[in-house]
Amino acid sequence: MACGAGNCQSGCFRDDDDSVVTEKKKLTNRTLSSGSDIDLPNHHNLCLKCKVNETLASSGTVSVDGDIGRFCFDCFRGNLFGKFKLAVTSNAMISPTDNVLVAFSGGPSSRVALQFVHEMQHKAQKNFDASRDRSLPVFGVGVAFVDESAVSRIPSDEFDKAIQDMKSIVSNLAPPDKAFHVVPIESVYSSNGRDRLEELLNAVKDVTGKEDLLQHLRMLSLQKNAYENGYTKLLLGSCTSRIACHVISATVKGQGYSLPADIQYVDARWEIPVVLPLRDCLAQELNMLCRLDGLKTMEVLNSPHSGINGLVASFVTLLQEENPSRECTIVRTAGKLTPFHFNQIPESDDSNVHLASRRRQKKFNLKPNESVPPESYCPICNSPLSKSDHINLSSLGSDQTNADIFGATCCPSCQFQILPKEPVSMEHFYSLLPQQFVVQAKDRSFSMQRQLREQIQDFLLSDSEDGT
Amino acid sequence: MGEAEVKPKKAGPVQCSICSQRRAALKRPKTLEQICRECFYAVFEEEIHRVVVDNQLFKPGERIAIGASGGKDSTVLAYVLSELNRRHNYGLDLFLLSVDEGITGYRDDSLETVKRNEIQYGLPLKVVSYKDLYGWTMDEIVKMIGLKNNCTFCGVFRRQALDRGAAMLKVDKLATGHNADDIAETVLLNILRGDIARLSRCTSIITGEDGPIPRCKPFKYTYEKEIVIYPYSFLQNLNRIYTYAYFKRLDYFSTECIYSPNAYRGFAREFIKDLERIRPRAILDIIRSGEKFRISTSAKMPEQGTCERCGYISSQKWCKACVLLEGLNRGLPKLGIGRTRGLNNGLECDTKQSNGVKNIQSKQCGTLDF
Repeated sequence: MACGAGNCQSGCFRDDDDSVVTEKKKLTNRTLSSGSDIDLPNHHNLCLKCKVNETLASSGTVSVDGDIGRFCFDCFRGNLFGKFKLAVTSNAMISPTDNVLVAFSGGPSSRVALQFVHEMQHKAQKNFDASRDRSLPVFGVGVAFVDESAVSRIPSDEFDKAIQDMKSIVSNLAPPDKAFHVVPIESVYSSNGRDRLEELLNAVKDVTGKEDLLQHLRMLSLQKNAYENGYTKLLLGSCTSRIACHVISATVKGQGYSLPADIQYVDARWEIPVVLPLRDCLAQELNMLCRLDGLKTMEVLNSPHSGINGLVASFVTLLQEENPSRECTIVRTAGKLTPFHFNQIPESDDSNVHLASRRRQKKFNLKPNESVPPESYCPICNSPLSKSDHINLSSLGSDQTNADIFGATCCPSCQFQILPKEPVSMEHFYSLLPQQFVVQAKDRSFSMQRQLREQIQDFLLSDSEDGT
Repeated sequence: MGEAEVKPKKAGPVQCSICSQRRAALKRPKTLEQICRECFYAVFEEEIHRVVVDNQLFKPGERIAIGASGGKDSTVLAYVLSELNRRHNYGLDLFLLSVDEGITGYRDDSLETVKRNEIQYGLPLKVVSYKDLYGWTMDEIVKMIGLKNNCTFCGVFRRQALDRGAAMLKVDKLATGHNADDIAETVLLNILRGDIARLSRCTSIITGEDGPIPRCKPFKYTYEKEIVIYPYSFLQNLNRIYTYAYFKRLDYFSTECIYSPNAYRGFAREFIKDLERIRPRAILDIIRSGEKFRISTSAKMPEQGTCERCGYISSQKWCKACVLLEGLNRGLPKLGIGRTRGLNNGLECDTKQSNGVKNIQSKQCGTLDF
C-alpha cells in the first residue's frame, strides 16, 4: 500500500531480478550487531519490506528501536507517506479546489505535515501540467505560524530567528509558491490584544487551565487567519502520540463525552474544517524522518507541558517505553467511541468536486438519532455539551449577569479549570475575553433557553441526573 | 498513608470550614477543605447515603450481602452500611460474605478481622471456601500450576464463589467495597488495553442485573484516602487497640498481590495518585468521563445460558469455573486458559469416562437454584 502512494522512489520494486539482488545482498551481508532484529537471524540487516536495502538499524546512521529499525530508509519513508496519503484520500480531506492552510509550529510533526502536503501538491501540479484538458485544478497551500511571543518567556529575538528560518523553509519548497503567515496569538482581539491577552491568562489560576485556554486561543487565531485569507481547510500535524495524550488528559479532565470529537481525521465543527492527516503516525517516526530527511525543526519554541498535561505526557511516554504499541492502542480505543456528525467533511454542492476527488468514505457507526447536531458547544473549548451539561442554565436566577450566563454555557471542565470562582474576578475575566467567545456564547444561550423551555419539563421528570 | 492528612496543621488552629465552630482536624482529600472530625464523619456518611438513595441501590426489605475481605474498603463498607441502615431505615437485612481462597498467611489472617466485624457490627457472616466449593485451595492450585495464570483461577473462582455464597444466604444483592480510585483505575486500564466492552460497563454502579445476583458499589464516588481516614479518626476514640491492629493489617493488605505483577496496573495506580496530588477532582472526573463515553450499545452480547454441570450462568456449555476445575482434576491445568470455545467443546466427549463423579462431589451443584 505504501509503495502505491506514487512517491516512493525506493527499492521496493518487485521485478525479476529481485531475488538475485536479494541473494547478492545476503552474500555481502556484513554481520553488524543490532538489537532490534533478534527474531530474524537470516535477514539480519535487510529491510523487512523490500528485502533489498539495509535496515535503518544496521546502517548505523541513527540509533533506532522498535519496528522502525527494521525498514530501510526508503520503505520507512514510503510507509509513513502512505499513512498520510491514505488518511487524506479516504477522508476526503483535500479536494482539488481546496486552499489548505498548514499550521506549522516548527516542531517535527508539523514539519512532516508540511513536507507531505507539499509533495502531494507538487505531484498534483505535475499532473496538471501534463494533462491535456487541465480540468483538475491544483489545491493551494499556505503555511501559518502562531507567534506566541506575547505570552511566552522565550526571548523575542529567538522567535524572530525561528520565524526567519521558517520563512526560508517555506520559500525553499519547490513551486507552486506557498504564502507564509505569521499569526500573532493576540490577533484574536481587534485592538490592544497584547495587554488584554496577558491579563486574561493571568486571571486563570489553574496551570493546566491556562495552558488549555492558550491552546483554544491558538485554534481561534488560526481559524481567524484561515477565514480571512480564504483558506478552506486547516491542516494540523497532530500525530498518534499527541492524540494518545489528548485521550488520557481529556478523560482525566472529565471530558469523556466530547472526547471523540477531537480525535477524528476530520473536525468540521469549525468555520474552516480541521483535518489531521498524521493521526496514524507516531511522534517517534516523525522525529526520525526529520532527522533522516534533513528537515529542519525549531524545538526551542515548544515549551514542555505542565500540570495535568505534563503528568499525562510523562505517563504516556512511560507506557510507550514499556510497550511500543501502547499509544496506538489508546488511540484505537478512543476511536471506537462514537464520533459526532461534524467529524466528516460536509457534503459539497459542487458536483464537479465530487467527480474530481476520489472519495472513499469510511463508515461511521453513527446511530440515526445521533446524527442530529448537538444543540450547544462550550464557548471556550468548543466541545459539544452532553444533555445533562446544558441544562445548567435553568439553575440561574433572574438576576443573572452576562458573565453568569457565559459561565453557565461552558462545559464543566472549563468551568473548573479556566473560569475564576469569585463573581468579581469572573466579571473581569468575562470582560477580557475575545469577542468570538462572547458572541458564540450569546448565540448559544439563546438557542439553549428556547430549547430549554421546551424540554425542561422532561428533564425534571426523569430522575436520571447524576448526583454531582 | 492517610496519617499525614489526619495530623492537625502546625500553623495555628484553623476553624472547620463546614461548622465554623470546632477546630479543623484534617484536610479532606476529596475537596481539600479543612474540616473537623465530626463534620468529616457527617459528610462522609451523608455522601454515601446520597449515592445509595439517588441510585436506588437497595429496596426496603431486601437482603444484602456485603463482600467482606477484611481489608479497609469492605470493613468500612460493612460499618457504614449497617450504620446508615439503622439511621435512615433502609429496612435491609445485612450479611457479611467472605471467600476463603485458601492462601496461607493472607486470607486466614484477614478472615479473623471479618469474624471480629461479625461480632462488632452484629452482622451474620458466611464464609465460602474454595476448598468446599471446588475441592482445591489456592495454595494447592499454585503448587500444581505454578505462578503463571493462577490469577485466572482465583478470579473465576472468586466471582462464582461470591455468587454461590450469596445464593446460600438467599440475598437479593451483593455490595462490594470498590472505591472511586479503583473505578478510575479500571477506566484508565480499559483505555490502555483497548477493551471497549468493559470500558462501557466499568462505571456502572449496579452490574449483573441480568445475572443471578446483581452487584452494587456504594463507594463508587468515595475516595480511597477518605476510607483510610474514616476508621482511623472514628475508631481512635473507641478502641485504640483495635485501630492499631487494624492498621497493621491494612498495611499488609494494601500491597499488591505478589502473584500478579502487572506493570501498567502499577503505573496506572501511581498515575492516579500523582493526579490526585495536583488535582483531587481528577478521580471523579475520570469516573465522569467513563460514564459519559459515547459507546454504541449495539455490540453483541453473548447468549446467556446455564452450565450443564453446575447450573451457574454460562454462555458456553460449561461455565468457566467447571472448565478450569476439570483441567485441575485431570492434571491438565492449561485447560480453559486462553481460547475457551474449542477446549470447552473438546472436553465434553471424554468427561464421562473420566472421574466425573468425584468432580461433581467436590462441587456442590444442583443444590442451589440460580
